[in-house]
Amino acid sequence: MKAPQKDAPLRSTSPPGPRGFLQARGLVRSYGHTPALRGVTLDVREGEILAVTGPSGCGKSTLLHCLAGILRPDAGEVVYRDHRIDTASEGARAALRRTEFGVLFQFGQLVAELTAVENVALPLLLAGTGRREARTAALSWLDRLGVAELADQRPGEMSGGQQQRCAVARALVTEPRVLFCDEPTGSLDSLTGEQVLGHLVRLARDQRTTVLLVTHDPRVAGYADREIVLRDGVVDPTGLGAAAARA
Amino acid sequence: MSTPHVVMGLLASGPKHGYDLKRAHDVRLPRAKPLAFGQVYATLGRLLRDGLVVAAGQDRDGGPDRTAYTLTDSGLAALMTWMRTVEPPMPHLGGTLLTKVVVTLLVAGVDQARGFLAAQREAHVARLRELTAVKTDPEATLGDVIAADYGIAHLDADLRWLTTTLDRVADLHREVTAE
Repeated sequence: MKAPQKDAPLRSTSPPGPRGFLQARGLVRSYGHTPALRGVTLDVREGEILAVTGPSGCGKSTLLHCLAGILRPDAGEVVYRDHRIDTASEGARAALRRTEFGVLFQFGQLVAELTAVENVALPLLLAGTGRREARTAALSWLDRLGVAELADQRPGEMSGGQQQRCAVARALVTEPRVLFCDEPTGSLDSLTGEQVLGHLVRLARDQRTTVLLVTHDPRVAGYADREIVLRDGVVDPTGLGAAAARA
Repeated sequence: MSTPHVVMGLLASGPKHGYDLKRAHDVRLPRAKPLAFGQVYATLGRLLRDGLVVAAGQDRDGGPDRTAYTLTDSGLAALMTWMRTVEPPMPHLGGTLLTKVVVTLLVAGVDQARGFLAAQREAHVARLRELTAVKTDPEATLGDVIAADYGIAHLDADLRWLTTTLDRVADLHREVTAE
């Protein structure tokens, strides 16, 4: 494990046992009086690409945020390689996201004032990598995403697809063990989205990165090895979403 | 697939005999329904009868005589008309899937229909993954990608349709049983 315990150690679960790679156990999370997750249990296997699908409002983004340590669940456990994330300190969770986890959102959320290479190098700089080394790594990842020629351009000078490729490079530059993607191509036209997704999946497989891919689009889910469907905050074993609930 | 139009399309680039047509078909449309030699010759016979192709000579390549065919002007016109004609936008509504889902919902009830739909959905998702793997294979040709795109788009539509149809028919089932 790469050093998530830089700021504060993650608490080991007790008793230790034959656990999976990344697990959710009975996750519950509400926003005010509105429940988003109502007891989600799932195992994410190391190295797999897992799609989490379901209709809007089914809780899939909330699940991703809980698994990535961005949100704390109201109840339940998130266990990553035998360590509880949900009870870890803010510092430990932030360290985990800097080192072990990568996150990619629908809109790349690049820093507008920075160039592409500076954006991609940012996670490495935050993790303590030297400036020159970070820049070299960032350039290499931009090259792998086919946008090396944009290294010195700022996001405002790029198309949506180019920005999202830079965001993929930024998410992968730390070579995370797990990449969390929330509708990563949702803001792109279908061909551009496909190109971005193709790069993302190929590079993730090359790196043996585990990917959690939240999407409402079956065509995006088609890139995954496996799919789970959420419905009204729980895993729907039939995969039929709202239909099964209303029948 | 319209076999006569595919055969005429393959002849548009120059005369071919039956064996060449079969080979050209397999190369150009590798993921289409296989075309048997018998189908090629039967199709050529009909096109010949209708004046859409004519014999363009014979050759012998170590075997029996083989007749090559070429497209006539009216054949080319027919092909162009077909190419310009928009296909009906809902070609699958009479398909097996619709029939089975509808009959299951009406005859066997919601639970059985849900089971069938879950199994059908799984099969669709598995096929969608297969086609995605085909198009993301580094060795894939542009033809492979375009053929996979077509399949994926239809599977995507079917998947959405599977869910919403169950939604609607479950409501209908309640309405009918409440009477």
